[in-house]
Amino acid sequence: MPSPDRPPLSVPILEVRDLVKQYPTATAVAGVSFSVPEGICFGLLGPNGAGKTTTIEIMEGILPQTAGEVRYRGEPLGARFRQEAGILFQKTALQDFLTVRQSIALFRGLYDQGLDVEEVIRLCALEKLASRDARKLSGGQQQRLLLAIALVNDPQVLFLDEPTTGLDPQARRKFWELVESIKARRKTIMLTTHYMEEAELLCDEVIIMDRGRIVAQGPPRRLLHEHFAEVLLELPRQDFTDAARSLPLSVIEGPERVEISTHDLEGTLRALLEAGVPLARLRIRPANLEDLFLELTGTELRA
Amino acid sequence: MIRRLLSVLHARNLEFLRDRPTLIFTLLLPVALVIGMKFVFGGPERPLFKVGVIATHIDKSAHPFLSERYVEFVVEPDEATALDKLTHQQIDLVLDLREPLRYWVNTDSPKGYIVEKLLLASAPAAQREKVSGAALRYIDWLFPGILGMNMMFSCLFGVGYVVLRYRKSGFLKRLHATPLSAFEFLSAQVLSRLLLILIITAILYAGIGAIIHFHNAGNVLLLLFLTILSALSMIALGLTIAARFSSEELVGGLLNLLTWPMMLLSGVWFSLEGSPRWVQWVAHVFPLTHALDAARAVMLDGAGIRQIAPHLLYLALTALVFLAFGAWSFRWRID
Repeated sequence: MPSPDRPPLSVPILEVRDLVKQYPTATAVAGVSFSVPEGICFGLLGPNGAGKTTTIEIMEGILPQTAGEVRYRGEPLGARFRQEAGILFQKTALQDFLTVRQSIALFRGLYDQGLDVEEVIRLCALEKLASRDARKLSGGQQQRLLLAIALVNDPQVLFLDEPTTGLDPQARRKFWELVESIKARRKTIMLTTHYMEEAELLCDEVIIMDRGRIVAQGPPRRLLHEHFAEVLLELPRQDFTDAARSLPLSVIEGPERVEISTHDLEGTLRALLEAGVPLARLRIRPANLEDLFLELTGTELRA
Repeated sequence: MIRRLLSVLHARNLEFLRDRPTLIFTLLLPVALVIGMKFVFGGPERPLFKVGVIATHIDKSAHPFLSERYVEFVVEPDEATALDKLTHQQIDLVLDLREPLRYWVNTDSPKGYIVEKLLLASAPAAQREKVSGAALRYIDWLFPGILGMNMMFSCLFGVGYVVLRYRKSGFLKRLHATPLSAFEFLSAQVLSRLLLILIITAILYAGIGAIIHFHNAGNVLLLLFLTILSALSMIALGLTIAARFSSEELVGGLLNLLTWPMMLLSGVWFSLEGSPRWVQWVAHVFPLTHALDAARAVMLDGAGIRQIAPHLLYLALTALVFLAFGAWSFRWRID
């Protein structure tokens, strides 16, 4: 779970200043600045094409920026960063014909310091798979192997780029448990995801990006508190009458459903009934990060 | 069915046309081939036989044999030089026009056998002289070429396609996120391939050598050292091609563009004796030419390290230059 109300440390482990990434036909990142305090899980959220993977790949030092800079412990990215960063890409191919243990050992050999291979295998619950050909793992097992590879150097900062995309719910939950155990070791985690449940569960602080810019930043609870009242009422769009549209309510209309944000649940329900809105299919729930994104950008997250 | 076929055809054509480097290379290759063929095979008909004439110049009126078609006559300054070339299969027959007309022929050479018949048809009284020392069989001369050609293909294609596959699969991108440098990565690839080539070459050397009853006149350790330097140079050359491209068609084409001229001009199958000077100059740019010249000197003549030192130096330098260039131009990911 996110660490509530933990005060950020004074020296950020990562700083991003005025970052720009320009491609010939598009601007992927349009002047982004933020700092990542040490020891927290920092989420970078946004829909596909928001610029979060470009931002994180520049932060990882594998993609050159057009302008701006990234600093690790106050210094430009360099040899020290390479030694102390662990990375899990969205898609990674490994060398063919290696077992799980051999794949981990290959990467362990690339760092001066780190964890013992067997320790990493235990940490990522890969004991039973250690002798299996890495190409023959399931999606969830493959992600655990890639996480193990990202952990071989006992990194100070761990980048996880959409680590659970494509996993089934069970594998996803198992992966979250692993990330929780890494958080418990006081490692800094940079997480990009478009699963809001994942971000709410794991992140202490998030940035929401859209079209290459930051549209919101802060701890998830604070952001939700700032942008939403207590509860959300959710109705099918066809049940939302014209009379209800003239009511003084905070409403977001999607193609199939209507969401009403309110801190006066009883008063709102009364007003809807008076406007002839049938309440049989009404759902009441607390606001989440997905609602926040919708509020900020007017776009569905997985659009 | 036609609609489905056309859909796939259209998509493939678009892919090809939008892959600019491959497209440009594919269009330029035939033009380069035509120009190359014009230079190498243009002009008068190519000779089938080479005859060394001990003289200061060739005067065709001096003897009717000198006007034979398909025979190239090469001026040889003295008898010793000419006989050395004869025993090393660089020429097929040596002719001394001074009276009485004398000639030397390598009796183990099929070409020598035929060109002798041609000579005797126009000069029945010509005296055959004995070639002193053991003349080399063609297979002896060819053996280093076979080993070198196998090494060349293994070096160039073996590493080129592996690096390309790593780049396309994203494995290189993952390695880029570690402290591994391009030079370290490339060096590891070079050493891996080198080990394999040494094993394969040793098997071929022992196996074919036993079959053809080949006797190595030189030092085996020197030959091993030469093999290492030759393989390093050619592996590094392959890496310069694979360093930055991500198209199989382009890399395959470029590797072919390197291997074919090497196979034809480096002296794998036949000697370049008597070829135009510029052809010989081009041939000496290729590492394979130096590898084969040095290998033949060691294996056939028992040459030592001093005699082949220029070749060793060239191979070592090209290995370093190619590896440095490969590391400099290396791309971890597809841009």
